[in-house]
Amino acid sequence: MDLTLHVWRQPGPDAPGQFETYEATGITGEMSFLEMLDVVNERLIEEGREPIAFDHDCREGICGSCGFMIDGQAHGPQRGTAACQLHMRLYNDGDEIWIEPFRASAFPVVRDLAVNRTAFDHIVQAGGYVSQATGSAPDANLIPVPKPDADLAMDAASCIACGACVAACPNGAAQLYTAAKLAHLNLMPQGEPERYVRVERMVDTMEDYFGSCTNMGECEVACPKEISIDFIAMLNKDYRKAKFRGGTSQANTR
Amino acid sequence: MAIDRPVTAPERGDAQERESGVGRARKVPFAIDFYRSAVGKKYVMAVSGIILMGYVFAHMVGNLKLYLGAEQMNHYAEFLRTLLEPIFPYSGALWLMRLVLLAAVILHIHASYSLTMMNRRARPVRYQSKRDYIAADFAARTMRWTGVIVLLFIVFHLLDLTFGPANPDFQAGKPYENTVASFQRVWVSLFYILANLALGVHLYHGAWSLFQSMGWNRRRFNAWRRYFAVGFAAIIVAGNVSFPIAVLAGVIS
Repeated sequence: MDLTLHVWRQPGPDAPGQFETYEATGITGEMSFLEMLDVVNERLIEEGREPIAFDHDCREGICGSCGFMIDGQAHGPQRGTAACQLHMRLYNDGDEIWIEPFRASAFPVVRDLAVNRTAFDHIVQAGGYVSQATGSAPDANLIPVPKPDADLAMDAASCIACGACVAACPNGAAQLYTAAKLAHLNLMPQGEPERYVRVERMVDTMEDYFGSCTNMGECEVACPKEISIDFIAMLNKDYRKAKFRGGTSQANTR
Repeated sequence: MAIDRPVTAPERGDAQERESGVGRARKVPFAIDFYRSAVGKKYVMAVSGIILMGYVFAHMVGNLKLYLGAEQMNHYAEFLRTLLEPIFPYSGALWLMRLVLLAAVILHIHASYSLTMMNRRARPVRYQSKRDYIAADFAARTMRWTGVIVLLFIVFHLLDLTFGPANPDFQAGKPYENTVASFQRVWVSLFYILANLALGVHLYHGAWSLFQSMGWNRRRFNAWRRYFAVGFAAIIVAGNVSFPIAVLAGVIS
């Protein structure tokens, strides 16, 4: 099939950018979206032009490196699918596709479709860990965990930190990401002791960079891992409890 | 992703203060500290929203007395002024409720303004291609506009039916006659209906959203949150919109 692409091109973080149009010819349905871009890039390189920059790594939907807006939706039109797992069979010959980087002040464009998502790391650094004494590995199942809790924690842990939730959110909020990173620790016995310190630190750090949640649910449908906004309600509840406890920001968690 | 450009916090930038252990929680009372956070502001929006929803419901039910005639309606209005006498002076309990409502309105608006500014800073460069929203519905995306319409309406509504300067036929202590006289002006009725539709759209999102903001989430009951919001918005709009229609149709006169 032959497609027309409108791709955001921007040489650097502070340089102005604009859409440029490319003809993607001879695309097959078996190609992933990224492979389609590879084909376009090969031709650009052969013509001596600058290829389109985009982040990618595993290309099997588990690393969270890839992601951009495809026709106004983060990761494109297919639910629960990262851009690398989106296949061109979804498109028809002659389609026009608009491709644009994730936009948020905390996600500055590095080049073209690649954005800097370091702000996510700062949120995790603020509390996305458990403090453990090191030593030999403990026996499996030494600490009993109810199956429903383990399942729920696993749902949250499936977050790949791609940033689609922020990109999709009309407010540029990172609530779904932060809620998932909180829940996958807070629901487990190992994470429980630092639960409220963690919530306060991670939410406060999140609010330094991102917008605020207005419960529109756009993040949930954009998420390639289909993480539920139920976790955001959990974040809100735990944050309130953390504050009621009189503020835990002074507690030493290192 | 190695680039030498650090991502700086566009917000308060007090991360370092936090890291150094001088938490802002130490210096200010709980309520102020909580309100400083965006999550705290959403709690304030939810709680003030619940207060205002309670008022809007009571106001609509009270106004159903229009259908029972002038005597019943005006007697009910007088009852509100003599409420809890002699503990409170005449109109005392009424003004106390009005102060609570005023505080709720001010907090609701301040929190929403402050959060809106925060959200604008979070995405200074808008998407240049067309966004395709899937879950963010019309009501959720127009909260700011429906809120402003309702606010402007409330100002007019108070001048029209509570204090009188916007109603040439205003008579103190006669809400039934005032309401009928006001709604007989077609433009007032149309503005009233438009504002109530905006209120309905606002409630459709707000009455659902408050559960999330308050952290009230139980998977078994989550579907009921939406039913509640739809039902609540529908009842308020149906009740309120019926009054100007009844006046214009001559059912109430």
